[in-house]
This record gives sequence, structure tokens and C-alpha cells, in this order.
Amino acid sequence: MTDVTAAVPLEFPQATPRASLDCPAFNLPAATAPALLRHLRDQHAFDFLMDITAIDWTAAKSPRFTVVWHLYSSTAHGYVRVAADCPDDAAPAVPSVCSLWPGANWHERETWDMFGIRFTGHPDLRRILMWEGYPYHPLRKEFPLAGIETELPDADIAAETGAKVKPAPMAGGPFAATPGEPMSEAEPRARDESWDEQREKPE
Amino acid sequence: MTMANEFTFPDAAAKAATVPKEFEPERMSLSMGPSHPSTHGVLRIQFELEGEMVTKADPVVGYLHRGDEKIAENMTYNQFVPYTDRLDYLAPLANNMAYAIAVERLAKLELPPRGQAIRVLTAEMARLSSHLMGLGAYGIDVGAWTVFMYCFEEREKLYTLFEKLTGARFTTSYTRIGGVARDVPPGWLKEVGAFCDQFLPILDEIFSLLTRNKIFLDRTVGVGVISRADAIAYGLTGPNLRGSGVPLDLRKDRPYSGYEQYEFDVPVGATGDCYDRYLVRGEEMKQSVRIIRQVLAKFPEGDWFTRDARRIFAPPKDKILTSMEELINNFMLVTEGPQMPAGEVYFEAENPKGALGFYVVSTGGGVPWRLKIRSPSFCNLSILPKLCVGHLVSDVVSILGSLDFVMGECDR
Repeated sequence: MTDVTAAVPLEFPQATPRASLDCPAFNLPAATAPALLRHLRDQHAFDFLMDITAIDWTAAKSPRFTVVWHLYSSTAHGYVRVAADCPDDAAPAVPSVCSLWPGANWHERETWDMFGIRFTGHPDLRRILMWEGYPYHPLRKEFPLAGIETELPDADIAAETGAKVKPAPMAGGPFAATPGEPMSEAEPRARDESWDEQREKPE
Repeated sequence: MTMANEFTFPDAAAKAATVPKEFEPERMSLSMGPSHPSTHGVLRIQFELEGEMVTKADPVVGYLHRGDEKIAENMTYNQFVPYTDRLDYLAPLANNMAYAIAVERLAKLELPPRGQAIRVLTAEMARLSSHLMGLGAYGIDVGAWTVFMYCFEEREKLYTLFEKLTGARFTTSYTRIGGVARDVPPGWLKEVGAFCDQFLPILDEIFSLLTRNKIFLDRTVGVGVISRADAIAYGLTGPNLRGSGVPLDLRKDRPYSGYEQYEFDVPVGATGDCYDRYLVRGEEMKQSVRIIRQVLAKFPEGDWFTRDARRIFAPPKDKILTSMEELINNFMLVTEGPQMPAGEVYFEAENPKGALGFYVVSTGGGVPWRLKIRSPSFCNLSILPKLCVGHLVSDVVSILGSLDFVMGECDR
């Protein structure tokens, strides 16, 4: 196996080493990500695209979103991690790699669904875990754990019953600490006894 | 009364030519699931059909989405262990282990041999129970009820063993970060050995119901063929990938938890059809028994948790109640969570369904900043739009069964 850590920065000057506790990892500008991924696949035998995901560093940080690709080599038995910051915080977008691995299709749809990051060149960028028309991207840090009241996906049922998707009851937990702050400032939530299965939740 | 003793059948092609226009195979759309016995949970597939032939398949997933990744960002590392049970709920012990090792890599912890051996043992038993479930359900999908009964009887015995070890049958939450919850109870290892001894003959009996069964062969051989290139391009893992002839097994390629000490073979298929995937799973069960026997033969003495994990692993209950230092330790552990260094780690374990990956991003402290679960069922299902086209609707049932997915893991 060629030494990826040494070889890639020489072949790809835009790629800089990324701090990592396990496998070789690189940072690079989002626009050049498909080129490096193709290079890793074709020249360094990283034939499996294992995962695509993103990290939200909160609205206070810029660049806010980082997209992360994990590749695996079935011949050299090693992983490599490639990360790219999305240049635009308001409308984040990175190029799609569906043309390199058809398996990227669902991973990119999930990342769009959960973070609202667009993958330019994706053939069919729809939501996958949430329903089409859902107004939020749940894995963004500002989205509350309990959820937000939303319209039902079925308009005809909603019109008939007036029902809505309601936030989940947080009876008794779990911990809802803001990461980075001491947990002692975020006590476990007290059980909300103002409503239960029998009594309607007060509006 | 006269009896007809002669029938005449018109030539099929000639008859087809006389079919009026309105009876030609029409294009229609069919929604299968989310409540359909062959979709193994809540998978929904929207088909476009031409007669019985699938021309387009669009899987709709997400009916079991519970936001596990969001939940993980809001609780401490230890608290998330029970949620991993509910990913692939047919092999919770294997999920627990994969998650724990990912976090241990972050904290740079290495388990002592006994802890590793217990984990390997339970993971292989989980593999047996998961494959038994997959095999039994597949039997029902293609019309062989008896297989299901045999498989569930064996699975029941495994669950009894799980109950003796963990106190729970289904969602075990047995693994802790830095070890396992408790040591194996006395006499338990002997019972596992006895289970293996009686299991192999029954396994052969189960295979004899299917492997040369004409109906089973008709429904699986040459159906749902996944080429080697496709399997790699779609990121398939586990038996579905090995059924297509790629010998990728993370237990072999990147041994974790001491898998390098055990001898086992990685079965691969030749054509990548449903039958090959069935054969691979069957052989994997035999290999799992082989691993279990090796673990039992040289079961190490010592601790089942690592002593370095004092800030992560809850102290023994009697110490918490009697010793001040352990009490403080436990209090900090519960309120602030185990203190982890900053950094990011990606770990994949070879689970019964494929490579289950955890990508943990930590900024320090007791709560992960981001936890991504790479679920094998999700990736394995992403090939369906390509795989189903050109097959009959009844073949789709056979294909779905052979992929052996779990929606709890797919939707997270």
C-alpha cells in the first residue's frame, strides 16, 4: 500500500493533513473533493465509499458545516477520511460524488435531509428519512431535541382532523446539555406533569 | 350425463395475438409496504410495473426514524449504549460492542483479554441469532414455514443464554465503554458449549430443508444477481457483499477485540444471487460456532473491564455505597459524563448485517459533538432501485428476504 499520508499532499497541493486519532485524514476545499476522491479510488485503491456525513459547528462558527467522506480499501484494509468545509454558511453546497459511487446517492440524500447541505450534480436530491415537504433539517444544532410542531405530511388527513406533528414528551429525560458547557448547568429535565396520555397537552 | 375427457388448448402465441388492446400488460404503480410481511418491518417500495414486471422501484425509508444521532448529541457516552440495542435489534450485543470500541478508540482504551473474549463470544452468538432469524424469515418469504420453526427454537435457546448472561433477552445493553457490565455467571460457558454441540446437527437439518429444495432453488437461483462491481460501488457489506464474491470481512482484515487469535474462514459466493447469499449466511453460522468453540477453549482469566477506564466505567455498586472516592467518581460520571479527549474516530465492526460504523466527533467532555451511525442495512437497501428492475413482483419478495435488512438500523 502506498503511504497515503505522505503521497496525497504531494499529488494534491490543496489537501492538507487533518488531525485524526485513527486513519489518515485530509482537509481540502469543497470544490476539489470529487477530484481527490476519484484520485484515491483510482490511484490508491480506496474502492469502497463507506460513509458520507456532515458536522454542524453551530451558527456561531464560520465555516459552519464540514462534510466528511470515509473511504475503505478492500486490498490494503485501511480507511481514509476526507473533510471539506462548506464555503457558504447560509446555503451550504458541495459537489456530488454520485458519478463515482452510485452508493453515494442515499448518503447525500440523508446529509441534505438532516443538515440542509446541497450536493450539486446529485441526480435526485430528495429527503430520505423525513418526509418530502418537512420544513426543518433536524441534525442542525439549533433544532431542539423534542422536535418542532409541524403540519402532517398528509394534507387530506390534516384537513379532516386538524392534527399536527407535535414535539415529543420529554418526561424525565434524557439529559439536554448544551455541548461545551458544564453539564451541571443542564440538570435532567423535570417530568412535565401538566399533560399525559389522558390529558391534552396545554397549548 | 356425459363427461369431457378431451381438452383442447389453443396455441399460446396465437392466443396472445388475439388479445384485445385493453388486456395488454398495462403500466401501473404499486405501493408495497410499509406494512407488508415481506418487507421485514416498515420498508415501503413504490413500484412501477408493466404487468408483473418491475420497471422502476423507489424504496421509501424513514418510517422508523427516531433521530438516534440527535439523541446521541444530547446524552453522555454511557447513556447512549441502550440506544445502540435498538439499531439492529436482532443483534444488540454486536451493536453494543461496535459502539463501545469506537468510543474506546477515542479514549485510547484497550480491554484485557477476558473482556475481549466475552465480547467476541457474545458478538458471535448475536451473529448466530441474527442469521437464524434471517434464515427463518427468508424461509417464510419463499414459502417454507418449517424452517422458521426450527430456526426460532434454536434462537430461543440462544436468548435463554443471553438472559442468563445479561438479564435481558432482546435489548441486552450488556457492553459498557471500557468493558462489559458483569462477568459471565458460573457454569454459563459450559452451557454455551453444550448449545454449540447440539446446534450443528440441527443446523444441518435446517439446511437439508432448503439447500436442495426444488421450490427454494427455483425462487432463489439466478434471482437478484448483484455483480461484484455493483456490490462494491453501492457500498454493500457483510454477507450481501461476500455473496457477490468479495472476501471482505473486517474481523479478518482489521481484527478488533482479539479476532486475530481465532481461526475461521470467510465464505464467499460465486454468482451473487439470492441463493449465494443464503449459502454464505449458512456457512457463516458454522464459522461462528467454530469461533465460539475456540473462545471457550482458551477463555482467559482476569478482568472483564479495563482498569484505565476509571473515569468512564461505573465503579462496583458495593464500593459506591461504602467508599467516598468511588461515590464521587460515580456522581461525576452520572452528572457530567465520562470525560473524553477531543478528536474524531471512525470505527466499523463486522456485524451480522454488514459493517456497522460509528463516527464519533468529540470536542472534549461527556457528550459527543456528533455521532454518525453508518448502518449496513441502509447501504444494502440503496441498491434496490437497480436490483429490482426486470424482476417479477414475487421475485422482489425473494430479493428482500435475501438482503436480510433491519429497518431499525436503516432508519436509525
